Amino acid sequence: MINPSPIEIDRDKGNFSYETDYEFDAGVGLNEEVVKYISQVKGEDEWITDFRLKALNVFNRLPMPTHWASKDLENIHFEKIRYYLAKGQKPSRTWEEVPDEVKETFERLGIPEQERKFLAGVEAQFDSEAAYSRMKDNLEKEGVIFVGSTEGLKEYPEIFRKFFGKVIPTGDNKFAALNSAVFSGGSFIYVPPGVKVSQPLQAYFRINAENFGQFERTLIIADEGAEVTYMEGCTAPKFETSTLHSAVVELVALKGAKIQYITVQNWSNNVFNLVTKRGLAEEDAEIKWIDCNIGSRLTMKYPGVILNGRRARGEVLSIALANNGQHQDTGAKMIHRADETTSNIISKSISVGEGCATYRGQVHIPEHLKGCKNNTECDALLINTNSRTDTFPAITVRGDDNSVQHEASVSKVSAEQIFYMMQRGLSEGEAMSLSVNGFVNDLTKFFPMEYSVELKRLIELEMEGSVG
Amino acid sequence: MSNQLEIKNLTANIGDKPILKDFNLTIPKGEVHALMGPNGTGKSTLAKVIAGHEDYEVTSGEILVDGENILGMEPDEISHAGVFLAFQYPMEIPGVSIANFIRAALQARMEEGETFDAPAYYRELYEKMDLLQMDRKFTSRSLNEGFSGGEKKRCEILQMSMLEPTYCIMDETDSGLDIDALKVVSNGVNLMRGEDRGILVITHYQRLLEYIVPDQVHVMWDGAIVQSGDKELAIELEAKGYEWVKNELATAGA
Repeated sequence: MINPSPIEIDRDKGNFSYETDYEFDAGVGLNEEVVKYISQVKGEDEWITDFRLKALNVFNRLPMPTHWASKDLENIHFEKIRYYLAKGQKPSRTWEEVPDEVKETFERLGIPEQERKFLAGVEAQFDSEAAYSRMKDNLEKEGVIFVGSTEGLKEYPEIFRKFFGKVIPTGDNKFAALNSAVFSGGSFIYVPPGVKVSQPLQAYFRINAENFGQFERTLIIADEGAEVTYMEGCTAPKFETSTLHSAVVELVALKGAKIQYITVQNWSNNVFNLVTKRGLAEEDAEIKWIDCNIGSRLTMKYPGVILNGRRARGEVLSIALANNGQHQDTGAKMIHRADETTSNIISKSISVGEGCATYRGQVHIPEHLKGCKNNTECDALLINTNSRTDTFPAITVRGDDNSVQHEASVSKVSAEQIFYMMQRGLSEGEAMSLSVNGFVNDLTKFFPMEYSVELKRLIELEMEGSVG
Repeated sequence: MSNQLEIKNLTANIGDKPILKDFNLTIPKGEVHALMGPNGTGKSTLAKVIAGHEDYEVTSGEILVDGENILGMEPDEISHAGVFLAFQYPMEIPGVSIANFIRAALQARMEEGETFDAPAYYRELYEKMDLLQMDRKFTSRSLNEGFSGGEKKRCEILQMSMLEPTYCIMDETDSGLDIDALKVVSNGVNLMRGEDRGILVITHYQRLLEYIVPDQVHVMWDGAIVQSGDKELAIELEAKGYEWVKNELATAGA
């Protein structure tokens, strides 16, 4: 009844297949010339060019992390990748300016009614320039900066430079170095002290060719007492051509600030998605990552929080779904550096067919700290006998005055459960997606409603594609 | 025949071992039949084969639902054809509420383009729960997860009454029930009795048949029905025990 053989999922609905008419193209392969070209096209200051070139050196020097991660990384051919493609236009800022091809793509996504709710706010903004400017004006009135990273570097160097590359240094890992050398696209957000941004900010707000780039660089700074939620990704984006996606996301929450970063990503299964995400939380600050990964050939992503100030809080809630031919290598890092800091990790992974899910966690509480707490829960769900799951929780807790709690579970959707549900009239795919949704249910209830709806739909799509 | 569930010359194996041996049974709409027999005679196998379980290999015979052969159909197709199996051991589906599960089952039956009327659904659900004397909080619980035996069986009856199947197969519905739960469950089944529905009650004991009075009783032995009669047969069986059937058979065979 359950067919374990890999089946291609029809992802045509999410395809971005509009005409590509790029004015700037850095060509194939990676060397100093390519890096200089990117920097030049973007009209960057010298310090950024230097930053990029240094990063390129670091990238070349660092080995692939294959000693602990998947050997599949060796199949990335850096010399065959295009590192920069862009249209010459300025980033489109209003719906009118969005190229028709992109609009058509959104049309083709056939976003269902329920999901429109989620997009409604956005679409309303896009619908008219006035509405869009109103939002932008409101944000600007409060001093909130929300621009692309290129623009941010150019127009707000004094803020950008202070934090850029500070949470995730170039040498952090090979892919962070790669991103530092060739980054383009991504968001730059600054929220001034005490400002609480009520609406979640979404990448949708600034659609442009770069935004869908492979080497996004996002930097979000919430100044003292500020609050902001950022949403990344949607059901759609997928690039058949760009097989390597390597983003770097840095968050800085200053004293008493709160940042929530939400990702729901769905990649086609030829994509290597190797992303470094980390936040720095100062005193009384809170950083929360909500991270859902579906699809891709290999995803390696371990959102982290450095709890740098007293009473800082960090949280990672993640869901990974590995279908046939996919490997989700995900987890979380919590680095406690101050007293009374608390962290919470809840990770749920689903492996289907030949899919492979790995959890890697790192929790570090040094001996000299007092009153620190960590809670880690990892739950894995296996569907079909061939799927595989591994858990590597590395929890280092020293000192008597700190507490840690760790729970892990592995469960299976059995053939008998599927039979039971099918007896009630559900198809095999429906039965599987219902079990998966049930499995993630206690986590998704903490997500914003729109996102849990979207995730539910994605899971259904994925599970329907996985049965014969 | 278009008004009955008809099982004809059914032979089914698990692995190389034959479990059902040239089994025959017809349940017309409007009737309740009881299938009795000791453990290991193939009663539960029959239920699962009807529902299309993949573990069994059917080597010959037919199962006709209103004249349509359902052998070889997927379990969901058999369900859509109108057959409901109340499980002896209902499965736990963690994180999926009863209300959402029944809803998904109803949605799976909808035609393309049809929209689900949620308010009407909940109205009906609550009405049926009232009839079955169930607490309304019940349906927000995860399906069968941590349920007592009685709760699981009640949940089966609730699903059955919501899906309104044409033919109900109740596999050892009385097992694990105390007398109060037995009454509630029997009441639920009796409410489902009607002109348009055939019901097969599989049971080990006569006790259940005091509450669900069958139109016919069949005794199963070694993969086939060996004796049929009215409700008196169940009582006789209870009094004399299954050894009696065995001896009768031995005599007949000799």
